Amino acid sequence: MIPLEHVLLLAGVLFALSVAGIFLNRKNVILLLMCIELMLLSVNFNFIAFARHLGDLNGQIFVFFIMTVAAAESAIGLAILVVLFRRRKSINVEQLDLMKG
Amino acid sequence: MIRESVLVTIVLAPLIASVLAGIAGKLIGRRGAHTVTILGVALSCGLSIYVLQQLLNGAPTYNDAWYTWLVSDGIRMEVGFLVDRLTALMMVVVTFVSLCVHIYTIGYMHDDPGYQRFFSYISLFTFSMLMLVMSNNFLQLFFGWEAVGLVSYLLIGFWYTRPSAIFANMKAFLVNRVGDFGFVLGIAGVVYFTGSLDYVTVFGQAEQIASQTLQIFPGVDWNAITVICILLFIGAMGKSAQVPLHVWLPDSMEGPTPISALIHAATMVTAGIFMVARMSPLFELSEMALSFVLVIGATTAFFMGLLGLVNNDIKRVVAYSTLSQLGYMTVALGASAYSVAIFHLMTHAFFKALLFLAAGSVIVAMHHEQDMRKMGGLKKYLPVTYWTALIGSLALIGFPGTSGFFSKDALIEAVHAANIPGATYAYWCVLLGVFVTAFYSFRLVFMTFHGSERFHTAADHHESHGGHDAHDDHGHGHSGPPEEAFWSIKLPLIVLAVPSLLIGAFTITPVLFGGYFGDAIFVRPEHDTVGHVGESFHGIVGFMLHALTGPVFWLMLAGVVASWYLYIKRPDLPDVIAEKFSAIYKVLSNKFYFDEINQFVFGKGSVGLGKALWKVGDVALIDGLAVNGSARVVGWLSGVVRRIQTGYLYHYAFAMIIGLSALIAWYVLR
Repeated sequence: MIPLEHVLLLAGVLFALSVAGIFLNRKNVILLLMCIELMLLSVNFNFIAFARHLGDLNGQIFVFFIMTVAAAESAIGLAILVVLFRRRKSINVEQLDLMKG
Repeated sequence: MIRESVLVTIVLAPLIASVLAGIAGKLIGRRGAHTVTILGVALSCGLSIYVLQQLLNGAPTYNDAWYTWLVSDGIRMEVGFLVDRLTALMMVVVTFVSLCVHIYTIGYMHDDPGYQRFFSYISLFTFSMLMLVMSNNFLQLFFGWEAVGLVSYLLIGFWYTRPSAIFANMKAFLVNRVGDFGFVLGIAGVVYFTGSLDYVTVFGQAEQIASQTLQIFPGVDWNAITVICILLFIGAMGKSAQVPLHVWLPDSMEGPTPISALIHAATMVTAGIFMVARMSPLFELSEMALSFVLVIGATTAFFMGLLGLVNNDIKRVVAYSTLSQLGYMTVALGASAYSVAIFHLMTHAFFKALLFLAAGSVIVAMHHEQDMRKMGGLKKYLPVTYWTALIGSLALIGFPGTSGFFSKDALIEAVHAANIPGATYAYWCVLLGVFVTAFYSFRLVFMTFHGSERFHTAADHHESHGGHDAHDDHGHGHSGPPEEAFWSIKLPLIVLAVPSLLIGAFTITPVLFGGYFGDAIFVRPEHDTVGHVGESFHGIVGFMLHALTGPVFWLMLAGVVASWYLYIKRPDLPDVIAEKFSAIYKVLSNKFYFDEINQFVFGKGSVGLGKALWKVGDVALIDGLAVNGSARVVGWLSGVVRRIQTGYLYHYAFAMIIGLSALIAWYVLR
């Protein structure tokens, strides 16, 4: 049986990686979306770990919901990305500063 | 019994006529306008005389509310009438003079484009004045007070295209505001101490007010009744043009002459006198207030008379004499001789209206020339005007037998009998005032009606005579000798000349010494100056004979003779005297510099204050600090904040995560 701490640690590392990915990536919006996806997965890990640890199925059910929502969200994100690319001919993050004050 | 319907009719008839003439003026035309207003006022006048008759036959005083406007916190605000003999006398005087003036106006304003408007205004005035005198409570008194002020404003500025008229009506309005401020405070004081606006209730509690004190400045106790009375009297000072709030009255002569007669001589300006007489139960309890009234009145009576000596405008001379006579009435009030004040008010209303209308007749005949230096010798052209003006002047100076004699002589006697502080000063003022009055009155008569005819040459000057002929595009034609063309001008003169001459002799015995006023006027026994005069009163013949031995008669005669000598016998002398005493002459012709002081201190002062408030309050504080200041702060703040908003998605995400971590850290480590 894998102890809880190990799983949580893995989830933490995954989360930290994805955060670092968001900051370090200056080129591609797709990478941003992937990092966000990774964040969600690391959170899912936590849910599953706790569900197992506490013997409560609710956590695992929650994961399914989150994955469904994440799929929908990625679909929308990618659709936006396509539209964005059509308009701007670029998905370079550095150039996407329309919201600059 | 006096019926309510009669009183309501008296009040409303002029109002309805005024509304008709004012709103439907075009529809009913000139004839309709003057017919309807004259009918309204004549109805009022007739019913007023009927009411007076009833009271004289022993009808009880009428005192009842007609309409309750609202009741708030126990204070009833009502329209009601208190009709006793004091009121009835005022009603008759007001409506009678008003009726004469209405008729006179037909002739005087016959070619004015604002004919209907004028009739509407003077009827409205009659309504307002009746509301004022018939009121049984302070609120309605104040309504009438303000309403007559409003009509006065409208009428002074009747020829609203003249800058001088606009200036004059603004001045009258502003100066009256000063007085009204005091008046409102006085009424507020009354309500504060008694919780009622009703006269009878308030007078019933007068003793309680007198026993209380209030502090205006910390540490100084004032008797409540003294404060209330002085505040009320400040209102009277504005309305009745007492020093130093008199400055508006001479300027009000910019209005048409009929209203000078009606409003600025006979009725409205006497509202203050009437009010103080009505408030006699309050004033009697405060010796200090009476002294104040006395001194103000005496100052007005003498010093304003002096101004009449040097003025050359026929209407303004009469205006200064009005000021002076109002001062006389005020002196009588101060000396607790309320009945004498009202008596003088009544006789003065007749002869001063007469004098004004006569002056107006001269002005019409001279094609709206008002400068007495350009008149002279008009006696043979204007016989009716001359004789009536002579009667008016004799009454004004108090020639024995005329109505003015009885009132003024009784007045001076009463002041002589007074012994409150300031009475000696007041006595000398009114005594010397007699000489001054006689001098300027006959100066007016001599300069206008006697001597050489100076108007032939004046006709050429006329065109260049600026201010006054703004409305002078009349159909008179500027040639031919002066003449009295209109019956409607002559009739009121004759009608007014009769009471000017006779009413004093007929009414002095009952009004002053016969207890005519009954309970309407309250005098404390130790102030009973009228009673003191009455002790030596044995019929009117004795009164007249007695006068021949007193200084008043001889001073008056000296005044007449002096003006005859200076203006008929040696017409070159006045200029010489003016030159010799140029300093005094200058002070007088500049009206003691009151206007200059007012212009400088209050005019410039309020402009300066306004400027300061504008610069500091508006520009610096409100605009600078509050409006632009807050905008600038927001601008600066957003300038700082916008640096955070880079537009890069990962910055926002970073901020979110940092925030999330911070919150979690706080939550966990707490």
